Amino acid sequence: MADNRPGATARIIRWIDYRLPFVQFLNHELNEYPTPRNLSYWWNYGSLSGIMLVVMIVSGVILATQYTPSADLAFDSVERIMRDVNYGWLVRYVHMNGASMFFAILYIHLFRGLYYGSYKTPRELLWIIGVIILLLMIATAFMGYVLPWGQMSYWAATVITNLFSAIPLIGPGIVTFLWGGFTVGDPTLHRFYALHYLLPFVILAVVLLHLVALHRHGSNNPLGIDHKGPQDTIPFHPYYTIKDLFGLTVFLLIYAFFVFYAPNFLGEPDNYIPANPMQTPNHIVPEWYLLPYYAILRSITFPIVFISSKLAGVILAFSSLFVLFFLPWLDTSPVRSARFRPIYKWVFWLLVIDVIALGWVGANPPAGIVVTVGQIATFYYFFHMLILFPLIGKIERPLPLPSSIGAAVPIGGARLGGVEAPLAKP
Amino acid sequence: MRKHTLAAAALSGVLLAPVLVRADETPLPRQEWSFDGVFGTYDRASLQRGFQVYKEVCSACHPVTHLDFRDLTQIGYTEDQVKAIAAGYQITDGPNDEGQMFQRPGRPSDPIPGPFPNDQAARAANNGALPPDQSLIVKARPGGPNYVYAILTGYKEAPAGFKLQEGMNYNEFFPGYQIAMPPPLSDNAVTFADGTPATVPQMAHDVTSFLTWAAEPNLDDRHRTGFKVILFLIVAAGVFYAAKRKIWAPIH
Amino acid sequence: MADVAQQNIPETHPGETRRDFLYLTAGAIGGIGVAATIWPFIDTLNPARDTLALSSTEVDLAPIQVGQRLTVAWRGKPVFIAHRTPEEIKAAEDVDISQLRDPQKDSDRVQKPEWLIIVGVCTHLGCIPLGQRTGDDRGPYGGWFCPCHGSIYDTSGRIRQGPAPLNLWLPGDADMASKALYKFTSDTAITIG
Repeated sequence: MADNRPGATARIIRWIDYRLPFVQFLNHELNEYPTPRNLSYWWNYGSLSGIMLVVMIVSGVILATQYTPSADLAFDSVERIMRDVNYGWLVRYVHMNGASMFFAILYIHLFRGLYYGSYKTPRELLWIIGVIILLLMIATAFMGYVLPWGQMSYWAATVITNLFSAIPLIGPGIVTFLWGGFTVGDPTLHRFYALHYLLPFVILAVVLLHLVALHRHGSNNPLGIDHKGPQDTIPFHPYYTIKDLFGLTVFLLIYAFFVFYAPNFLGEPDNYIPANPMQTPNHIVPEWYLLPYYAILRSITFPIVFISSKLAGVILAFSSLFVLFFLPWLDTSPVRSARFRPIYKWVFWLLVIDVIALGWVGANPPAGIVVTVGQIATFYYFFHMLILFPLIGKIERPLPLPSSIGAAVPIGGARLGGVEAPLAKP
Repeated sequence: MRKHTLAAAALSGVLLAPVLVRADETPLPRQEWSFDGVFGTYDRASLQRGFQVYKEVCSACHPVTHLDFRDLTQIGYTEDQVKAIAAGYQITDGPNDEGQMFQRPGRPSDPIPGPFPNDQAARAANNGALPPDQSLIVKARPGGPNYVYAILTGYKEAPAGFKLQEGMNYNEFFPGYQIAMPPPLSDNAVTFADGTPATVPQMAHDVTSFLTWAAEPNLDDRHRTGFKVILFLIVAAGVFYAAKRKIWAPIH
Repeated sequence: MADVAQQNIPETHPGETRRDFLYLTAGAIGGIGVAATIWPFIDTLNPARDTLALSSTEVDLAPIQVGQRLTVAWRGKPVFIAHRTPEEIKAAEDVDISQLRDPQKDSDRVQKPEWLIIVGVCTHLGCIPLGQRTGDDRGPYGGWFCPCHGSIYDTSGRIRQGPAPLNLWLPGDADMASKALYKFTSDTAITIG
């Protein structure tokens, strides 16, 4: 069987495929897979997210071979990685900045979905699985940040786990259960480490579900109309493989800049101080990608009827994520893509500005104008989700859609969007 | 692709916003550092002078917890010089076969010992204040080396009407303006082996460079590797873009 | 359906060689990138700098009397230092090495005949042989005796009886990373590693 003739390879592949259709599967899903021919660069972010998941898992496992998850040794073990382990500084900075890159990519991927209606029928479950991935990522990132056991690690863990004490009656009991003690401590660190190692593999499984759901109906596209036949699609390979590869390289340039030239820019200096349970930092701030939720959490400074301001803040912060689950039903628009939605097209950017404003609010101490902006931005967020999405879909008059992707984007180039062009000859 | 550039610019602005808004103290004067910028490297002569300042001035109160003697070979000392420096310290070792702890001369593999056996002893010797570990201080403070330099050179007379508490010193750049540490540097506090005049700004500059190295010993390697990586990625991006255009030519 | 999609790709035509060169370059760059990225991650598993810093040990031989033996730790393993008596030296040198399982002259195993410095790990399955403390069973050759499976070593640390295949190693011999042995820094001091 060690024959070098091409016939032998084909025979081996056939033998395996007959028993486990692995090569056939890859060929169908990654090679010839018909993909809308008009995908823009905003469609690169899905594969980029997948690649970042692999990068985080690989760098994380390598760190795990050197890290000690014990309260008195964790901080020093990270410093040992930075100083003594060959290329330890590189793996650590890759993992640390990788988390930020991963969230940046994911948020762009999410907003792409919002703009082009990728959450709409028949992709509701695809969207919901995506939101689940986001939730799992937030949990993973939060626990991962605790592991270096710096001041911010410890105090962010304290603040966020304390949120659960807002639950009436059982809250404080839940918090003690989460901590495994009376404060965040060694038991907490150990369980966060175990879960931080576990969850990415759960995310991996959910991502596979995400891809299965995606391949059921294929990708959405900037026009938001279904692809109806071969005139609308091109095989994934080589067109989108090379485009993804190019996009990956550009992304890696940005990633490399952070890792090699500004590795601590996105982080907090306080986390280079070993955790001190007897001293709280002046400003407790989460990483940038959690700032909007943090802002919403802090925005409720008054009780609502019988709900304390603390509990109300907790409910709203979690709701800001949970409301995303209902998006496919909140949005009443008959068309998917914002390209053909004259009102939503502009309103979408209000949400983007709102989220950025929430991020700014979360980064700053809650005083003066910061509080006011935070409250307005929190109100707007829910207004946008719960009122504008249903309302705009109803009152808007969408632009006429092109008859097909192939008509709008024929071979040889043509203007996109709304302009009828004769069906290109195959 | 234009939209992407716009989005990137907007995001950069947002990322910088917290940095700008949080400056509620006196703005830090920016120094020039040999390790600044994409092509920055450490100046070993400065690092060695800085180590001398640390050893002769700062080490009386401040530990450098994450430094071992052998790390000093990275700033230009030879193996023999490092052995000699280490041997000048007494290290607690043991227990021996009788169960006793004992003192022995230091070895390159030992951590550089701090002045106090624990935090409580440190506080007791310093009116309740804890002199922080210096091996990460540059990364542990906003402003990094500019902050450390500013503290070292920022001592002055308290302005009229300022209420300075018992045992505290006025410092222009310390948050709250009152710092427990008395001014550690004065002109000619050390005599540099290479003859550089030991003015306060010079010593502050050198010890800050040393402390930056202590916090980030792999900076030179990181910058060098980064340059190669980014150059490679630029070339790769160019090649992949050309390949992409070529493959997509029939579609466009 | 797939065929029609495939038909959208034009036939090959002149200029293909240039296109192929581009793809070849792209593939090569991708391959180099992946390999160059993977290496540092694997290298993190090699001994770190703090481990390497502990890779050599200095021993003061002056307190060891003739006939006495000392055990020191080196790279996590025991090293036997034996200040051999003239009788032990003669017994080691008089052996007909062609009779040995692992033929080695005593003079090839020492730098100074009165100092035998060998790694105290049995070459069978890794136990630490007896013979360093007074009262230990040294076996019929007066060397060392491994209690685990009965390997017997002579006063040069060479295997004479029992299941071990090789003589007790000199420091560095079994370590694939380096051939570092030991060196005398003075008449009464050595550095191992």
